[in-house]
Amino acid sequence: MELAPPELIAKYQPVIGLEVHVQLATRTKIFCSCEMAFGAPPNTNVCPVCLALPGALPVLSMDAVELAVKASLALHCRVNPVSRFARKNYFYPDSPKGYQISQYDEPLAEHGYVDITVDGVKKRIGVTRVHMEDDAGKSVHDGFRDSDRNTYVDLNRCGAPLIEIVSEPDMRSSDEAYAYLTELKQALQFVEVSTCDMEKGHLRCDANVSVMLKGAEKFGTRAEVKNLNSFRFLKLAIDYEIARQVALVESGGRMVQETRLFNADSGETVSMRSKEDAHDYRYFPEPDLVPLRVSDEWKARLAASMPELPADKRQRFVTEYGLREYDAQVLTLTRPMSEFYEEVASVSGDPKTAANWLMGDLAGLLKAAGKEIEESPVSAKHLGELVAMVSKGELTGKSAKDVLPKMFETGEAPGPIVDREGLKTMSDMGAVEKIIDDVIAANPKQVEQYKSGKTAVMGFLVGQVMKASRGQAAANVVNDMLKTKLG
Amino acid sequence: MTKHTISSVRAGLLSKEFSAVELTRQALSFAEAENPKTNAYLSFSPERALAAAERVDARIAAGEDPGALGGVPVAVKDVILTKGLKTTCASKLLENFIAPYDATAIERIEAAGGVIIGKTNCDEFAMGSSNENSAFGPVRNPVALDRVPGGSSGGSAAVVAQGTAVVSLGSDTGGSIRQPASFCGIVGVTPTYGRVSRYGLVAFASSLDHIGPFARNTRDAATLLEVMAGRDPKDATSAEAPVPSYAASMTGNVKGLKIGIPVEYMKHATGETADLVNASFRKLQAMGCELREISLPNTDYAIDTYYIICTAEASSNLARYDGVRYTTRSQNSGTLSDLYKNTRGEGFGAEVKRRIMLGTYVLSHGYYDAYYKKAQMVRNLITQDFNKAFTEVDAIVAPVSPFPAFKLGEKVNDPISMYLSDIYTITGSLAGIPCMSTPCGNTSEGLPVGLQILCKHFGEETMFRLADAFENS
Ligand SMILES: [Zn+2]
Repeated sequence: MELAPPELIAKYQPVIGLEVHVQLATRTKIFCSCEMAFGAPPNTNVCPVCLALPGALPVLSMDAVELAVKASLALHCRVNPVSRFARKNYFYPDSPKGYQISQYDEPLAEHGYVDITVDGVKKRIGVTRVHMEDDAGKSVHDGFRDSDRNTYVDLNRCGAPLIEIVSEPDMRSSDEAYAYLTELKQALQFVEVSTCDMEKGHLRCDANVSVMLKGAEKFGTRAEVKNLNSFRFLKLAIDYEIARQVALVESGGRMVQETRLFNADSGETVSMRSKEDAHDYRYFPEPDLVPLRVSDEWKARLAASMPELPADKRQRFVTEYGLREYDAQVLTLTRPMSEFYEEVASVSGDPKTAANWLMGDLAGLLKAAGKEIEESPVSAKHLGELVAMVSKGELTGKSAKDVLPKMFETGEAPGPIVDREGLKTMSDMGAVEKIIDDVIAANPKQVEQYKSGKTAVMGFLVGQVMKASRGQAAANVVNDMLKTKLG
Repeated sequence: MTKHTISSVRAGLLSKEFSAVELTRQALSFAEAENPKTNAYLSFSPERALAAAERVDARIAAGEDPGALGGVPVAVKDVILTKGLKTTCASKLLENFIAPYDATAIERIEAAGGVIIGKTNCDEFAMGSSNENSAFGPVRNPVALDRVPGGSSGGSAAVVAQGTAVVSLGSDTGGSIRQPASFCGIVGVTPTYGRVSRYGLVAFASSLDHIGPFARNTRDAATLLEVMAGRDPKDATSAEAPVPSYAASMTGNVKGLKIGIPVEYMKHATGETADLVNASFRKLQAMGCELREISLPNTDYAIDTYYIICTAEASSNLARYDGVRYTTRSQNSGTLSDLYKNTRGEGFGAEVKRRIMLGTYVLSHGYYDAYYKKAQMVRNLITQDFNKAFTEVDAIVAPVSPFPAFKLGEKVNDPISMYLSDIYTITGSLAGIPCMSTPCGNTSEGLPVGLQILCKHFGEETMFRLADAFENS
């Protein structure tokens, strides 16, 4: 496929919308009480309902509804007081009912948004709707001795609770799509409605992509690109698709509405089916389920139970703790990280220093050990205590840098380590003064140089004092005292 | 066996005239001997029946109550799942399907001491009005063996009429209990939609499907319904409403009960059926009921509405019989598409295929609004007709079918005429109200005719009170 060069692409305006499927973190499936265990032997988490045996009926899991409502609220959607399930009819071996139970013209929630920032520019991306549906099973086409002739079906995943989040066609670049998906994932993880683990298929993404000449008002014909199961693929596929479409249009071709599949190996998208042979899903209201009602009272209760959303938290970290935007962003990447930070900040009483220690030294130790913040051997409380000792001058920064690895190793609080190793800052001013006097006496040449205006020598003298105190003298105290004594 | 009722079985057990095991053995051997005449049973379940009977005998021996259905031989339409027993839906596609779980109704019947002795023939997937659409041969009407027993629950009606079961379960989507009850001269009840759990009833048209009882008198039908009725967490559409004691409602007193006769129904009624129904009206008047004409103005649209909704839902409900899992699979299909086409093409009978195609058509893109959506609107109007009528009357009475049992083969090649035989039963189904058929006499040829009684949602008590009084007067 001929791709358009950048200067040609620059004449065009890409228009992108995303459809994101998220598996809800419920204990059971959406319409039966089968467990949602990952990695169970094939076809073991099944029952008459998810096997679609004759006579079996779906019963909606209210746990799933609760998570779907929370997700909708996290995306600033209006949750409809009444929504309805519908059947989406199609034949496929991993769809045992012969239809998917989804929501069609009356979805759970609508009219939301996600705020993104790309290259320092803020933008609001509309969320058209959030609706609930059940997942299909898995068709296994290879890995068996007779895979050349047979396909196997595993129905463990069949009936997994999903929400589909449909965005407005508000994105104008693959970077914006990337940022949107990042923000969306972060928000859903914060409210704990899903692990959003893309490798396990808990977050799946399709992109609708079209191009139009810059300044045009009418969107071009779009292609739906499926199988974008990583953030990197999302970006690659969209960029490929934009270049392909521009080349097509520039060469006088006509875009057809179609579904395309992203091939991760080649980095290309290939046509799967055109609109003409698209399924007629024959949607109609699901007669086995009653309309889903979400009362104002329930909604209010769920809203009250929601944690602070990452975007709000980020803003607060800047205003309340005086952090830089970038630091606030790093510290709100995950909910455990943000909670860890807030505890360190609160225990230490020094949010800025707390941020530096968390993002610097502790992050380094965690990275080297291959651990997540949730697994940190140093608790937030202990790190807070360490930061507090530094801030109050009870421990020098240098000593603290030696103490932290020991805390990391043993899980101990900083206090006992500092005591045991005698690292506490010298609080006896007389002792500090004595060391200073000794250093002045032992270095007359440097003292002379200082008095004659070579103030740079001060660093050497302070170093000598610190050395003599084995790092336990507070640097600012030493500085002040030396200056006074040297006049 | 032929004469037993629920209360006579109970009396016999408690007086030790017979044990539940003895009665079950006798019922099974009688039913097996009689069955070739009618082909009403598709299978018998002696092991399960005897095990249930033994439990009843043990209860009695322990001085406990045998249960509301203690020792009563029950036959079950073969569209209701019975664990460990074949549940074929009278279809080749499920010829070898053994149900791995019990329908909620079945669990409740056995918990009340009922003894399931066999599964009954019906129209394939409950689609039909004569029981001639069974993959395992038609059922003959025990009253006149050259005639149909009605459908789709023809087998369940026949076994009760024949005396090879005391009571039975049918399913009703557009008249499949009331019409065969009328043809066979017994009582058949379609309860309020949601009154009995549909869990384990093989779906034909989910928004219209009901499980309901057949019996030789109203009291037995009411007892069986009471056992099955009530909220089931496995069926989201089952009703929360408490289940009253239906026996207590049957006081025999119907004086002053206001009864409506829909003019739209009577204008079609002719011949002996109309004569017998009209005679019933006079009888009700003589019993002290106040009769008046009422109007259900949207009745004329009922058949079209029904066939759009039921076929649409059926086309989706029957998608699961695809040859991939439990359905009998067509052999030698090279591709997935062939597997579907061959399995379904060879497996489904003509009437089922006809309805799947109709339903697929009315739901397809561009037709949904014109057919399905409009049909739902008309369905609401029909329901409103009834709701309005029930502000004026306590019950509505009408014919069940325009004609009595017809001859086998008479209508098989005329589906439209067959569909018309449901003309009086479909409106009640669409509205989801309780309705029943109770015998009101025989034609000169000795063919039974049923009187239909319809009441408002959850108005079963009034319906049973009227039917019981009518039956005993
Ligand atoms: Zn299940």
